[in-house]
Order: sequence, then structure tokens, then C-alpha cells
Amino acid sequence: MAKITYQHPNGTVTVVDVEAPNTVMRGAKLNNVDGIEAQCGGSAQCGTCHVYVDEASTVVLPEMDPVEDDVLYGTACERTEHSRLSCQLPVTEALDGLLVHLPEAQS
Amino acid sequence: MAAPAVVVVGAGQAGVETAAALRGRGFTGRITLIGDEPPWAGYRPPLSKGYLAGAAPAEDMALRPASFFAERDIEIRVGDRATSVDPERRTVTLRSGLRVPYDRLVLATGSRPRQLPVPGASLGGVLTLRSRADADELRARLSDPPRRLVVVGAGFIGLEVAATARGLGHEVTVVDVQRRALARALTPVLSSRVVAEHRAHGVRVLLGREVTALHGDTEGQVQIMELDGGERIAADLAVIGVGVLPHTDLALTADLMVGDGIVVDERLRTSDPDIYALGDCARFPSPRAGRHLRIESVQNASDQAKCVAAGICDEPFAYTSVPWFWSEQYGLRMQLAGLTAGHDEVVTSGDVEGGRFSVFSFRAGRLIGVESVNRPADHGISRRLLASDTTLTPDEVRAPGFDLKKLPRTSPTERVAVRT
Ligand SMILES: Cc1cc2nc3c(=O)[nH]c(=O)nc-3n(C[C@H](O)[C@H](O)[C@H](O)COP(=O)(O)OP(=O)(O)OC[C@H]3O[C@@H](n4cnc5c(N)ncnc54)[C@H](O)[C@@H]3O)c2cc1C
Ligand code: FES
Repeated sequence: MAKITYQHPNGTVTVVDVEAPNTVMRGAKLNNVDGIEAQCGGSAQCGTCHVYVDEASTVVLPEMDPVEDDVLYGTACERTEHSRLSCQLPVTEALDGLLVHLPEAQS
Repeated sequence: MAAPAVVVVGAGQAGVETAAALRGRGFTGRITLIGDEPPWAGYRPPLSKGYLAGAAPAEDMALRPASFFAERDIEIRVGDRATSVDPERRTVTLRSGLRVPYDRLVLATGSRPRQLPVPGASLGGVLTLRSRADADELRARLSDPPRRLVVVGAGFIGLEVAATARGLGHEVTVVDVQRRALARALTPVLSSRVVAEHRAHGVRVLLGREVTALHGDTEGQVQIMELDGGERIAADLAVIGVGVLPHTDLALTADLMVGDGIVVDERLRTSDPDIYALGDCARFPSPRAGRHLRIESVQNASDQAKCVAAGICDEPFAYTSVPWFWSEQYGLRMQLAGLTAGHDEVVTSGDVEGGRFSVFSFRAGRLIGVESVNRPADHGISRRLLASDTTLTPDEVRAPGFDLKKLPRTSPTERVAVRT
């Protein structure tokens, strides 16, 4: 289990506990956190689960695979070096304390 | 004035997203969502893919968890069905007899599979695929001994079922009366590549052939599929994927304008301004196609929901999103952006044989649609290009070293022309 914080563009935050084997995307869905659309249901097709990992985060994330990298070209909001697809971030103990910022728009 | 009371009929992709988008905009009025199917069984894409294969769990089918509706103060009635609308009194009557008043009504009734108009179409083992229950039945029949599956219709659902069943080791034949697969949705380049992939995996694909009858055994179970010319193919199971019909019955009770879908304007209002329609059941004016059309996709239902919510909140919004769709068959990840119908030129970039390429469709020199296979960056960038006024010419795609990733990023609000 990991504590994940989702920060909305207006500054409000939602903190939820997410169990493995969910992803950061599913953690938001299961806990009714707005701001992640996930139109493709987590199959790395749509880019509508885009998040920005907090710049100051020390949480070590899994490496980005080439498909995720490619899908991030299509996000509605600008991609930055902190961009990830939340559906490609499986939740493990290692993600405990992760803070992600939600973009203004997903599609 | 108090916020209007909104009734949404249909708790599928479009209906649930409309209710969510209304609350997301801070709408405080009453929202009632009526569905004959629960929203925790309403996300359909895995039904012909991972869920059918036994890989995706049932939880993946939830549009929203049950708690969502209580948390957002959305009154939800599932297992009931709206049977008529009285636009004078502004009420919806349910099968249970309940009458629900509305100020704004949203029709998100979706569509149902078309039946095959041939003898034998109602035999046992002749299935269509729309709901979780349909998928469960098909999955049960595909478990255990190898089956001879015939699929009628080489559209997305038929081909996805064929690929999944083949992956499970069944013997599969696909028949379509059209001379090419996915003729309405895809360019010939992609449709022949898809068919080649099916054939390479051992699926028998018969194009330009008509199914004339299905014959059963003494227990009324399908046994034979008969084709034009009399050819008979043994079948333990038949899946019919010959398109869908929009649910318009309810709209007709309100005397709304209907014709292959509930006719709406660019803000998704029906011929009664207090009634909206969206998703699979709605026929809307597409600025991209230059005509009215219906689109059956998650993207369309979800994005139209935002438009309807804005309309109910009296905010200006017209539906102009770039349509997009995805499909997965064998290892091919297919993604479509825009609409390719009416193209007069196509340019292919990448390795078609190897299954990593994109097909760019143009009309009068203007980019109208892009199909990508295992090229997700091309897809994403194309979606943004199509949403902006940026131009991309056939010659640019043909130029050696062409790479969409090298184009400067554009967004729908930037009105820039990219030239090399
Ligand atoms: C097997 C399958 C695979 C698919 N794969 C993809 C894919 O990969 N990508 C993609 O983009 N799209 C895919 N789609 C299409 C996508 O699922 C639909 O376009 C989308 O669900 C449309 O949403 P909707 O809300 O308009 O209709 P639906 O999701 O069908 O929802 C309509 C709901 O309204 C209910 N209803 C109807 N009439 C009434 C009434 N009178 N009273 C109460 N309730 C009523 C229906 O029972 C249904 O629950 C797939 C569809 C299927 C069937
Ligand atoms: S949910 Fe579609 S890419 Fe993550």
C-alpha cells in the first residue's frame, strides 16, 4: 500500500491510500479523484491520464518504456520532464508519499 | 432562479460522464441518472479484448465506483428503464411506473447490435456483443474445448473477437459482404494490413461473401453457416458484428426529430431545446465531416458529455472535438485520429509489413485523418494537429526523414502554420 497525493490545478489536494496491484491512475478512479479521464482504461493509448510528478519528489518511479514516452506526445497539456502516464505507474510500497500534479485538461 | 433539475437516461459512458461533468462544473441542481444497466458494468472496450480473453478483471468494467454517485449527490436508479417522455409536462415515465420531472433531459441511451436478417439468426449459439452479460456468455462458450467460431462482419468488434478467440486457440472464420474489412472506417492500406495479420494468424477471412442462412442441430443450436453460392461452413458458435442501431424509441415518444439517431445541433440539443442527446444514439453536425453523423466511441461519448454539461450550465460550447478510436488485434495497436472518409490522397509513412506505420489521409491537400499502427507518438501528435489550424501537406509526409516528433508542439488554441 502507498499514500498518494493528487494536487488539483486550483491547489486543492486529495490524499488516498492505494493498494497494489493498482496503478496511480486506478487509485484516482477508485477514490473518485477528478482530473484523470483515462479514456482507454489504462491501456496506454489515450494520454488522458497524464500527471506531473512533483519536482521535489524523491520517490523513485519505474523507468519509462518507449510506448509511454510516445503516448506522452499526445497529451492535451504541455508535456514536461515531469510528465508520466499515471496508468503506467504500478503502485508498490516504493511509491509511498508520491505527489502528482494534475493538468488543467486531459482531452 | 434555482438550478434546473436534470434527468439523464442511460447510465453508460455518455450518461455517467454527463452527470460527472455537471458536478465537475459546480452544478448544484438535482441530478437523476436512470439506467437499465449499472454503471459498474458499463465500460465496454475490454469486452472484446482483455476481458473476453480472461485477462482484464471485472473491476475494469466500472465507469465509476458505486460510491461516486453518493459522494456527488447524483441520484441513481439502476435496473429501471425509461419508457416515455412527456415534453409538455416535462416528465419521464419509468417501467416501474415512477414519473420523474425534469427541467432538462439528457438522452444517453446508446445503441444495440443489429441482428443479421437471415433465417436461423435466432438459433442458440448465435450471439452479439454489447453488454457484460453478452461477454460472459461468449466467454463461457469459448472456455474449454476448441470451437469452430464464425464471425459475421469484419468491423472492429467482429475482428477483435476473432483475434481474441484465435489467441485462445479456436478455429475462426470471418465473413463480410464488403470486399474489404472495416470499409467504412479505414483506408484500404490499413484494412488490407489488418486482414493480412488475421490470415497470418490462421483466421480464414472471406470478403465479398454474403451469409444467407444459419442452420441448427436438433437442439436448436447453430451448426452450419451457409454462404451465397451454397458453401456451408461448420460452426459451433456464431458472433454477429454487423453494426449497431441507435436507441431512439424514447426520443420518438417525445416527438423529437430522429433519423439514424436522435438529431441534435452543434450544442447537442435535440429539436426540443430542453432535451439533449449524445453518444452512440445522437446524430450531430460534424464540422470535420461537413455533414451529420453518429460516432460510436468512448472519446465521442466522453467529450460530448462536457458539451452537454456546459450547455445545461448556460456556458457557450460547441462540439468540435477530433474523433479518435483505438483497437488492439494480436500485437497491432491501431489508433485512428480524425475521419478519413472522403479522402482523395493517402501517404503512408513507416514499415507496413513490419507493423509500425501511419497512414495520412488528405482531402484537397488538407489533412483529415491519420491511422497509426504501433506508432503512438504519430497518433497523439496527429490529434493535436487536427485540432489546430496547422497544416501538414502530403509532400511533407513524403519527404525523406519525415518525423512528426520533430514538428514544434501545437495546441488547439495556437493558430500557427508549421512549414519546413
Ligand atoms: C464490445 C465493444 C467494444 C468496444 N471497444 C471500443 C474501443 O476499443 N474504443 C472505443 O472508443 N469504443 C469502443 N466501443 C464503443 C463504446 O463502448 C461506445 O461508443 C460507448 O459505450 C457509447 O456510450 P453511450 O453512453 O452512448 O452508450 P452505452 O455505453 O451503450 O450506454 C447507454 C446505456 O443506456 C441504457 N439505456 C438505453 N435505453 C434506456 C432506457 N430507455 N432507460 C434506461 N436505460 C437505457 C443502455 O442499456 C446502456 O446501459 C466498444 C463497444 C463494444 C460493444
Ligand atoms: S489511461 Fe489511457 S493512456 Fe493511461
